[in-house]
Order: sequence, then structure tokens, then C-alpha cells
Amino acid sequence: MADVASVTLDEVLRVAELANLDLTAEEVPRMQRDLNAILGHIAQLNELDTSGVPAMAQVGELLGEMEGARIESAGATLRADALLPSLDRKAVMESAPESDGRFFKVPKVIER
Amino acid sequence: MTIEEVRTGIATRAKTAISVAEEHYARIAAEDGPGGKAINSFLALSRDRALAQAAKIDALAAKGDPLPPLAGVPVGIKDVLTMTGSPATAGSLILKGYMPPYDATAVTRLEAAGAVLLGKLNCDEFAMGSSNENSAYGPVRNPRALDCVPGGSSGGSAAAVAAGFAVASLGTDTGGSIRQPAAFCGVVGVLPTYGRVSRFGLIAFASSLDRVGPFATNVRDAATMLTVLAGQDAKDATSSDRPVGDYVGALAKPVNGLRIGVPAEYFGEGLNPEIRAAIERQLDGLRAAGCEIKKITLPHTRYAIPTYYVIATAEASANLSRFDGVRFGLRAHDVKTLSAMFRETRDQGFGAEVKRRILLGTYALSAGYYDAYYRKAQQVRTLLTRDFLAAFAQVDAIVGPITPTPPWKLGEKTADPLQMYLADIYSVAASLAGICAISVPCGQTASGLPIGVQIMGPHFNEETMLRVALSIETAQA
Repeated sequence: MADVASVTLDEVLRVAELANLDLTAEEVPRMQRDLNAILGHIAQLNELDTSGVPAMAQVGELLGEMEGARIESAGATLRADALLPSLDRKAVMESAPESDGRFFKVPKVIER
Repeated sequence: MTIEEVRTGIATRAKTAISVAEEHYARIAAEDGPGGKAINSFLALSRDRALAQAAKIDALAAKGDPLPPLAGVPVGIKDVLTMTGSPATAGSLILKGYMPPYDATAVTRLEAAGAVLLGKLNCDEFAMGSSNENSAYGPVRNPRALDCVPGGSSGGSAAAVAAGFAVASLGTDTGGSIRQPAAFCGVVGVLPTYGRVSRFGLIAFASSLDRVGPFATNVRDAATMLTVLAGQDAKDATSSDRPVGDYVGALAKPVNGLRIGVPAEYFGEGLNPEIRAAIERQLDGLRAAGCEIKKITLPHTRYAIPTYYVIATAEASANLSRFDGVRFGLRAHDVKTLSAMFRETRDQGFGAEVKRRILLGTYALSAGYYDAYYRKAQQVRTLLTRDFLAAFAQVDAIVGPITPTPPWKLGEKTADPLQMYLADIYSVAASLAGICAISVPCGQTASGLPIGVQIMGPHFNEETMLRVALSIETAQA
């Protein structure tokens, strides 16, 4: 891990771009300050040697690992692969900000 | 009013489901709004749906048919869960007015069990917060102390039950969002084991952590609600097929002989002395009831908050990418390009805390930082979970505080997000490990603020957790 991280203003802007967020001029320095405070706290994780420790993405994964733990992983049984009705298209399209009833309409992507 | 009082009242024709619903709506009208105590717990009322359901229950009672377990029980639903006929805003402007086309499974199950769904409850935006001050629709006040926060993110769900607006409610808990507001408002809140209750229809925050669970005024009602909610759902692949326990039946079993673990790490510096004293009184009570009280250690506890805030924000940054103004919710106007529409929509629609977490999560997942932050946090999550598995090899349940302090004043912590995060110290470890936990009222401070105690149980052993909770509740009387 990077040592106590120090996020620059440029990095805040780059991350905002990755996240599709437009930050106002006032938000950028505030987010920089907050991210640095939080990342400074997160840097404590460096104190732990985690070499050889498996990464846990879901709760179910680890539970069988300990001896004596007889926990089945959640989602071990999936539903039958059978056709079921989907949501009514009209009801779904009614939620759209702009639609012709069949498609979602958005601003032009390619200028000609 | 308890679930049993409502159900028996309707079964004996002493009252009707419609009169019970109207009584609760009248209380909401008098007290929830600015003309009353301005608690601001309800964001929307679903009168038509509630009264139609109440009429069905009354028809069953009139015929003398057996009543379902939640017959006529007025229940509120946290606004991150979908319920047709009512908007689902998740406390965010980006979903203002969004009408969901389907019901969450938890909502379907409650209604099938006879519950009368009163409406949607205020919460922190996308369930991100510990004080309910991040809602785009205004903060919720704590009914037990109107100048204090109700806790978060399920602040409206806790406040509505504490104020008597609903007999029970649904909340969600990602890092403490059921247990902490339950403690702050003096009600019972249950975090079921990960996989125990379906999340279908829950607007996702952090999918490896999000859970749905009940609030109630007492442990028995919480057990009844959990019985209705628990079980596998074909629409949620993370829901477990393990058989659902007999949660209400388990309450009849005495606690004597149970081994109760007391983790040293939960009684360190920073724990309010009045809370410490209240928890110690509960441990004395359990000892007197025949429990064996054992000192245990959960050595990685201090790493739970940094681990949680990496994993939760990383998952949130992915989950919240769906809010782009294309398919539902807010869309920014007067934009020329698609990419400008995404950015403008998200800038206008998301509040500061949501943006902060999206940025943090995006940073932790970005090239060059993934291993250092996200993978590292997942490894520490393993260590934290192993702490609990080792502890539960020696004890049947773990008892400790759920919050380091009593509820704070509205506005007190909003300027410093890290301070707000640190208040989650006793709640996030159970979230990361996937175990079950409950918060039960256990007294109050000298100034009259509620105190809660947390009981944690092994994965899929809600029964033992509920038995200990009932013993503590009984000792308060």
C-alpha cells in the first residue's frame, strides 16, 4: 500500500472523471481534504502482514475454511434455469426520463 | 402496541385492522410533520395500499378465519426498498419521484403475512450515513430527544417505531444502519445473518455487506418479523437455502448454561462510561440468569473501520454507476452530449457524502491502487471473520456495546466525515464477518438518552442471539 496517501488536486479530478462526477470548484479542495483524512486512517491496514491470507469477496467463501465450521456458502443453490416472465415493458419504460415507449432516448453520441 | 396486541385485538373483534391503520395515520399526521414534533420519519404514505390490505384482514376476521402472523400490523418500509404505488427515493434527489415497477421480496413477504404497509421511511442517501442527516429530504429527529439525531442510515425506520407511528419497520444494515439507530431511539433492531433475508428490491449500496432486517419495540416482535422475512428467494442468488429457525419458539428456552463472550476490544478507550456501566449491568444479569461470562479477544477489531470504508465504498462506486439519467430518475437538462448528461445528472442528483464515497471507492479500485487498498481490505476482512469463527468455537454469543456514545446533537458531526465514520467502531466488524447481531435497549443515560446493547451470534444462529436478547430485555422490567 502507498504510505500515508496524499491525494493531489489533479488526482481528485482524475478520479472524479473516472466516476463520471462533475465537481464544483468548491467541492474539489473539500474532497481532497476529506479523502486524505480518510486514506490516512485506512493506512493503518499497512500494520498487518497479510501475505498468504486469502482475500474475502463474499461472506460464504470463508466459512467452510475453519475446521468445525459447517456453514454452507450462501447462494450454493441457484434457481432452476427456466424461463420466467420479465417485468412489463410499459411499466419499466414509464420510469425513463425520455423514451419513445420502446427505447431510452439520450443526447446524440456522435456528431456528424 | 405489540404485534400480538394488534393481532389478538383484530381476532377477537375488539378492533379492526382499518381502525388500527387509521389510528397510526392519525398519529403520523399529528406528530411527524412540521406542525407536530417534526420528526420527519415518513417520506411517503401508502394509504390506498394499506387500507385495501386492512380491509382484507378485517374480512378474514369477520369470517372467523385464522389470521396470518402479522395480521393488521402497521409496518413502515425504509425508502431503499421498492414498493409499488409509492416512490422509492433512497433518500436521494437522483431518484426523486421514481416509481418502482416491482415489490422488494421483503415487502412481498410482510404483506403476504398480513402486515399493513403504511408508507416509506426516511434514511440517509443510499443508506450512507450514521445520523440520517444525509437525506436529501431533510434530517429525522430522535423521538426520545428531539434535538438529537436518530442514528442512521435507517433513522426513519427506528424513529417511526420509537414514536409509535408503526408497530414495526424494515431497515437495512450495511455497517450498523439497523443496530445503531435502534440503540439511539430505544428500540430493538436485528441484523440477520448475511444470506438469511432476500435483498431483491433493495437499492444496492455495498452488495457483499447489505442486509435487510426488522425494527420492533420488543424482542418477541422482532423474532416474529424475522420469521416472516427469512428464507431463500429465487430472485436473490445470495440468499441461503438453509432451513429457517424457529425464532419465536427459541424464546421459550432459558439462557442458563450459555457461554457469553465479552470482547476486551469493545470496552477500550472511547467508550462512554455510562454505556460501559449499562453493559456491565447486563453482563451481571446474564451471570445471575446462569450464563457463563467469558473474556474473549477479537484481535483485529481496530482494523474493522478502515477495512469497511474501503470495501463498502468500492462496491458503492460500482453499484451507483447505474444512476446516469438514462433509464430512471433524474436527468439533467440542457446538455449537449451523452457524457455531459451523465456528469451533470450525477452532480445534481448526488449529495456530498455519496460523492465522497464514490470518489473514495473509485480511487481504491483504480489502476495502481487496487492491490494496495481493495485487495488488502479483503484480506483483512478474512482476518476479522476468523476472529469471530475462533470466538464462536468458545462461546455461544458475544455481548458488548453497539455505539461508543449516546446519540449526538443534530449538526454536531456533519463537518467531519472521518469522525462520523469512527462512531461505527462496534458495528462494522459483524457486518464484514456476515454474522447475525441485535441491538436491544438496556437503560438510559443520566440525561435520559437511550442506551443499546449488542448481542452477536454465529452465522445462521439467530435463535441463541434472540434468547440472550430476551433475557436482557426481561431484566430491564
